[in-house]
Amino acid sequence: MTSIAAPASPHNPVAYRDRKRYLWLASLFYPLVALSGIGLYELTGSEWALLAPVVSIYGGVSLLDWLLGEDRSNPPEAAVEQLEADAYYRWLPILTVPMHFLVLIVIAVFAATSGVSLGGVLVLALTAGLYSGLGINTAHELGHKKTALERRMARIVLAVPAYGHFCVEHNRGHHRYVATPDDPASARMGESIYRFAAREIPGGFRRGWAAERERLARLGKPAWHVDNEVLQSYALSAVLQLALLAALGWIMVPFLAIHNVYAWWQLTSANYVEHYGLLRQQKPNGVFEHCQPHHSWNADYVASNVLLYHLERHSDHHAHPTRRYQSLRSFPELPTLPNGYFGMFLVALVPPLWYALMDKRLLALPHVGGDLAQVNVEPSRRPRLEARYGPARGGTATGAQA
Amino acid sequence: MSRYRCPDCGYVYDESAGDDHEGYAAGTPFAALPADFVCPDCAVRTKEDFVRDDPRAD
Repeated sequence: MTSIAAPASPHNPVAYRDRKRYLWLASLFYPLVALSGIGLYELTGSEWALLAPVVSIYGGVSLLDWLLGEDRSNPPEAAVEQLEADAYYRWLPILTVPMHFLVLIVIAVFAATSGVSLGGVLVLALTAGLYSGLGINTAHELGHKKTALERRMARIVLAVPAYGHFCVEHNRGHHRYVATPDDPASARMGESIYRFAAREIPGGFRRGWAAERERLARLGKPAWHVDNEVLQSYALSAVLQLALLAALGWIMVPFLAIHNVYAWWQLTSANYVEHYGLLRQQKPNGVFEHCQPHHSWNADYVASNVLLYHLERHSDHHAHPTRRYQSLRSFPELPTLPNGYFGMFLVALVPPLWYALMDKRLLALPHVGGDLAQVNVEPSRRPRLEARYGPARGGTATGAQA
Repeated sequence: MSRYRCPDCGYVYDESAGDDHEGYAAGTPFAALPADFVCPDCAVRTKEDFVRDDPRAD
C-alpha cells in the first residue's frame, strides 16, 4: 500500500493510505468478466454457461454488496490534491477503454462463428450490451475531466455503445438541470423506468445535439462539421459496427441492435435510480438552487463502487463534477439506496416493487418531510400520489438550505 | 483584461485568451459572454457565480 503524505501543514501532518488503491484495478479488469461465459461454454459445452457474465453482474455483485457491506471512509481533504495528481489513478480509466472494444469484438466474433443457437446469440448480445453499458460509465469518469486526452478517450469509448452524444448531454444538460422537472435524465416519483426511458433516451439525444450545435455555431461552424464531437464518436461507431457487419455477416444486424439498446438501457437504469423523485427548489427569481448533496441517491457498498469508479458516491460527484473517482467522499445522512446500483436496476424492472421500496424512503428524507411539494412528481400520477400521501404543502423546507 | 474563476472547479476564463474550444474569441470580455454561460468544465456554476480572479485588485 502506498502512503500519501499531505502537503506541508506543520500543525496537522496527514499520512493517508488509500485502502482502495489497488481495488480500483477491479474497475479496469471487470469488463473482461463479460468473456467468462465463452470460457465456461468451451469448458462445459453447455449454452447455459453463457449466462455467467449477466448473472455475475446482477446476482454476484448485488450479493457481494450485501455480504461485504459499506465503506464510508473518505480521504482527508489535505490528501486530495496529491490523490488527484497521482498518475496511477488517472491511467486506470484510460486503460479501461480498450477493454470495452475487446469485449464487444470477441463476443461478436464468437456469436457469429461458434454455431450457438439463436437463444445463445441473444444472451451474447445482451451480455455485450450490459458490459458496453459499463463502457458508458468509463466514458462518464473520463468525460468529466479537464485534460484533452481524457475527454478524447471518453468520446472513443462511447463509440462502443454507439452513444456519442452522452458526454456533451451529461455534462452540459444533466448536471445543469439535475433534479428539476425539465431534466429528461432525472426520474420523477411515480414514473416507471419504462415511461422514463421513453423520455430519457430521445430527450438526452436532443439536448446533447443542441448543446454541441450551439458550441459550433459560436465557432462559426455548421452542426455537420468534422469538429462536432458527437459526430466524431458516432463516426467511430459506424466504422466499428459496419466492420463487424462486413466481417461477420447479417447476424450482426440483430446482434448489434440488441447490444446497443441494452447498453443504453444501463445508462437509463443508472439515471433512473440516481435522482428518483428528488427536486431542487426554485429561488424567488425562478432560478433553481444549486444542486445540493440531498439531490442524489447514494450507495456506499464496496463491491459495486470499485467496479463503477465510485459512481455511487453520487452526491459528491454532483457537487463537484470534475473531482476524480478516488477522491469522491461519502457523507452521512444523504439519500441512500437500500442496495447497490445493480440490485436497484433489477428492482426498477418491476415498478410496483420499486414504488413500494422507494416512495416511502423518498418521503421520509429529512428535507422532504413527507411533503410532495419537495418531490419531483410525475404529473399524470400526482392526483393518485396526493390522494395517498396528502396534498403538497409547499413552504421552504429546503429553500433555507440552499 | 480580467480573469474570472469558477468557484467550484477552478476553471479560469481569461478575457485576453478567450476559450477556443467554447467559441469565445480572444479578447471577448466576460460581460459579453452569453447570459446562460455555464462553467465549461463543471457546468454546475453559472455566469453570476464566477468570481473575479485578478492578481491586482481594483
